[in-house]
Amino acid sequence: MSEVKYTKDHEWLNVDGDTAWIGITTYARHALGDLVFIELPEAGRAVSKGDDFAVVESVKAASEIYTPVTGEITEVNETLADDMDALKEDIATGWIVKVKMTDACEIAGLMDKAAYDEYVAGLE
Amino acid sequence: MRYLPQTQAARKEMMDVIGVKHVDELFCQVPKKAMINGKANLPDHMGELEVERKMQSYANQNVDALTNRFFLGAGVYFHHIPATVDYIIQRSEFLTAYTPYQPEIAQGTLQYLFEFQTMIAQITGQEVANASLYDGATAMGEAALMAMRVTKKNKICLGNKIHPQYIDVLDMYLSNNDSATTYDIAEDANKIEDDTACVIIQSPDFFGKPHAYDAWRKACDEKGALLVVVINEIISLGMLPAPSEADIVCGEAQSVGVAMSYGGPHLGFFACREKFMRQMPGRLCGETLDADGNRGFVLTLSTREQHIRREKATSNICTNQGLCALAFTVHMSLLGEDGFKQLARINHEKACQLADSVTSIDGIELVNDTFFNEFAITLPKGVNAQDLVEKLAAQKIIAGYPADENTLLLAATEIATDNGIKALTDAIKGAL
Repeated sequence: MSEVKYTKDHEWLNVDGDTAWIGITTYARHALGDLVFIELPEAGRAVSKGDDFAVVESVKAASEIYTPVTGEITEVNETLADDMDALKEDIATGWIVKVKMTDACEIAGLMDKAAYDEYVAGLE
Repeated sequence: MRYLPQTQAARKEMMDVIGVKHVDELFCQVPKKAMINGKANLPDHMGELEVERKMQSYANQNVDALTNRFFLGAGVYFHHIPATVDYIIQRSEFLTAYTPYQPEIAQGTLQYLFEFQTMIAQITGQEVANASLYDGATAMGEAALMAMRVTKKNKICLGNKIHPQYIDVLDMYLSNNDSATTYDIAEDANKIEDDTACVIIQSPDFFGKPHAYDAWRKACDEKGALLVVVINEIISLGMLPAPSEADIVCGEAQSVGVAMSYGGPHLGFFACREKFMRQMPGRLCGETLDADGNRGFVLTLSTREQHIRREKATSNICTNQGLCALAFTVHMSLLGEDGFKQLARINHEKACQLADSVTSIDGIELVNDTFFNEFAITLPKGVNAQDLVEKLAAQKIIAGYPADENTLLLAATEIATDNGIKALTDAIKGAL
């Protein structure tokens, strides 16, 4: 049974057991504008909570994507490099990496859908 | 005449606001012993004519390239610059244009930078080139930093005899990164270590010897390192094959259109493979079509640059050399591909003539068996290279660069004449 969590940096995490699928939210996608490039990490890289692991580049800015959890990147969604449109809030196709988490407690501080929606509403 | 625009009243008002009684209080943080009491130890003022004479007397102490026989190279080369170059770069549209922060309005600037990039990419056999960097040494420093970003490794391998000042600049670039180190393998590709970000090869090397890249390419591929080729004398690429095997080709392009000017400003160039484009430092001009389908130019991939990406930028210690890049572009346009190749051949022929002439002297040996327009010689036993250079300078001959106690680097470009080469040879004979 998976659950989706959200960060203040506008990443979503689909947590399934000890693995988190990480992507960016619809809010982030709109804020970035037209995407032109994504710099993906390599599978096998160890990441700590707060590390940036990918860069998305639009015509206006290049922005880091941060992991809210510590662990190892086990899988990278290479199809995004050729299809930037797929990068969205869609668990099946929009994930960037899968991280095998070493500390499941890190999930506890993240927001659920309702809390995130409220957070975003406060930004506008 | 007063240079301070504020009135006493305005000063007092400002000091009252911040609660200061006297201007000196603003400098209270400067230690007493660092303050100069009374007048600074400087000569009194002079009249304009006096200053002019003083400066001219200093200038007269120079041993300049124009009125002396000149065989000095070692990274900076004396070439003819057509009058057209200076005429065009001094047009106010070019000369006074600051870096285009609202770039698309400066189509002329963007176009010549685009043409410059195209020329550099073609000459170096690479897919993309940037709009230039400060000089060859900083370009090499940037190449090392870029290789570290691409490979996520921290060791820089110096493969052969690289310009010592380039290595100094590289060391400075790496000095704030505790994990970054360099090591030297003296042309032995088998000695490349696993955790190497890049291998740097200079060609022609500091002694003027051209190098082939296939063995280096293979060794780099085995170790997952980038191959960086550094060029001091870009005119060499008019004769030598373009280093298309390399991942990054960078260096100094002063030789085309830019005066020696006491060592700067010069013209760094930087080219690489397209797949590394986003890790390339500096700015990049692109060609595109506007809304009406007309050809136009833009600054592209600016999101990597320091004014947008701040501390995450590909570099925060670079800029382009707009005017020098324009001088290069104008000169190269005048030469054309054939002219560029012909210029390279003339350089090599002059250097061959110089080598034949000086090695006819007993006890002088050529160090490198191959060269482009510069080579090293060993002097007869007991002859100090520095002393020889000083001695010949007194005879209005700049004999070259003393590479070590017994070794002299000599360069000959299209500037060298038969008389000059004979004068140098005779002077060396006389000095031994």
